[in-house]
Amino acid sequence: MGVVSRGFGSRRDDDGGRPLPPGQYLTEDFPVLSAGPTQVVDTDRWRLDVRDVDGSTHSIDWAGLMALPSEEVTVDLHCVTRWSKHDTTWRGVSVEVLLDSLLEEETEAEFALVRCYGDYTTNLPLEDLLDGKAWIAYEYDGDELRAEHGGPARLLVPHLYLWKSAKWVNGIELRQDDEPGFWETLGYHEYGDPWLEQRYSGD
Amino acid sequence: MRRTSTPWLRARVASAWLETRTARTLVLDVPGWPGHDAGQHLDVRLTAEDGYQAQRSYSIASASATDRVELTVQKVPRGEVSSYLVDVAREGDELEVRGPVGGWFRWTPDDERAVSLVAGGSGVVPVMAMLRARQQAGSTAPFHLLYSTRTPDHVIYADELYRIATSGTGVEIAYVFTRGGLPDDVRAPGRLTAADVAAVEASIGRPGRVFVCGPNPFVETATRLFLDAGHPASIVRTERFGPTGG
Repeated sequence: MGVVSRGFGSRRDDDGGRPLPPGQYLTEDFPVLSAGPTQVVDTDRWRLDVRDVDGSTHSIDWAGLMALPSEEVTVDLHCVTRWSKHDTTWRGVSVEVLLDSLLEEETEAEFALVRCYGDYTTNLPLEDLLDGKAWIAYEYDGDELRAEHGGPARLLVPHLYLWKSAKWVNGIELRQDDEPGFWETLGYHEYGDPWLEQRYSGD
Repeated sequence: MRRTSTPWLRARVASAWLETRTARTLVLDVPGWPGHDAGQHLDVRLTAEDGYQAQRSYSIASASATDRVELTVQKVPRGEVSSYLVDVAREGDELEVRGPVGGWFRWTPDDERAVSLVAGGSGVVPVMAMLRARQQAGSTAPFHLLYSTRTPDHVIYADELYRIATSGTGVEIAYVFTRGGLPDDVRAPGRLTAADVAAVEASIGRPGRVFVCGPNPFVETATRLFLDAGHPASIVRTERFGPTGG
């Protein structure tokens, strides 16, 4: 053991009775973290573009998204700023269902660069978006997703730190190479697994 | 891009004082601290006798220096780390820090554009680092700080802010008291308004950069007022904290 802080540890935060990823603490609130102003996007003008490695672009509008089969999922969230929140309930379309509906053939991509209103980006291996691990979420806790939490629609990838769950999503660029996104070029980890505590580049 | 992991460094409390009844500045001696840019933060790790650990992120308050860093920590209800740092830690006590972290909410003295700093409560901490970096570097970039607190008793760094504002170096500071001000205040207590934001431009002209830090509802209000006043979203950078924060 390294440095002991004298007098620390007599009172401890509640861990919710379940293991948390290392370095995280439990919150009951839902803090908002965004690097700039909240984007206000009307569903009338909302659109999501999927660009495949061959350069083809496939778009879906709000009505199209609503017409796809959705799922309700209850997941834990882990933010790199150290808060975790148990049992959050969302409704959305799984990214696999979305891609299957838009792409005629299976993509040859290995990676995805996710784009957003407000020019935020984040990168992930494509397989982390498939197999029911990621959703385009548009409801939180039974209500439409508020703008400050990324509404009308955000990416939800709960097995990675929350900066990967990009708010105000409007594009998925499918790529054969890995292009770092916004925080990934500002010192944060390329992958961001909370259970491996991959917070910063090199962790 | 950094490829090697940022190490945890041993830190020792060199001195500490209360800024308000619930906010405390801690000066830490950190051998190996590489310096930082204003606006960046660091991670604090506390370890109990039995090995139990807790970590939180805190904005850095001081301008860059090697081997030394200052934090100002606001005590939050039920926060095990902030309670320790505000109520328990004393000179000579040890903890660990890691950083600096964050490359977006950041100001460097080579930036000559006019800067509007907007702080709510303890959100003043990272923008104070920017003011201090400006003063340390002898920058002449026009700076304006719009600082919102509940009452004058809640103002952090009151003395130093007064000295900076009266130093004749091109920094203007405006206070907004939301609950109650001083007897001779011209401005009635209340939340940030369009008039408060308009006064920024009257002071320093069109800012090239706006840094907003505070509780999320404050940041939402402030950024909306700047956008409504015609400032482009691309110049507004935000740092938010929720009702929790540890």
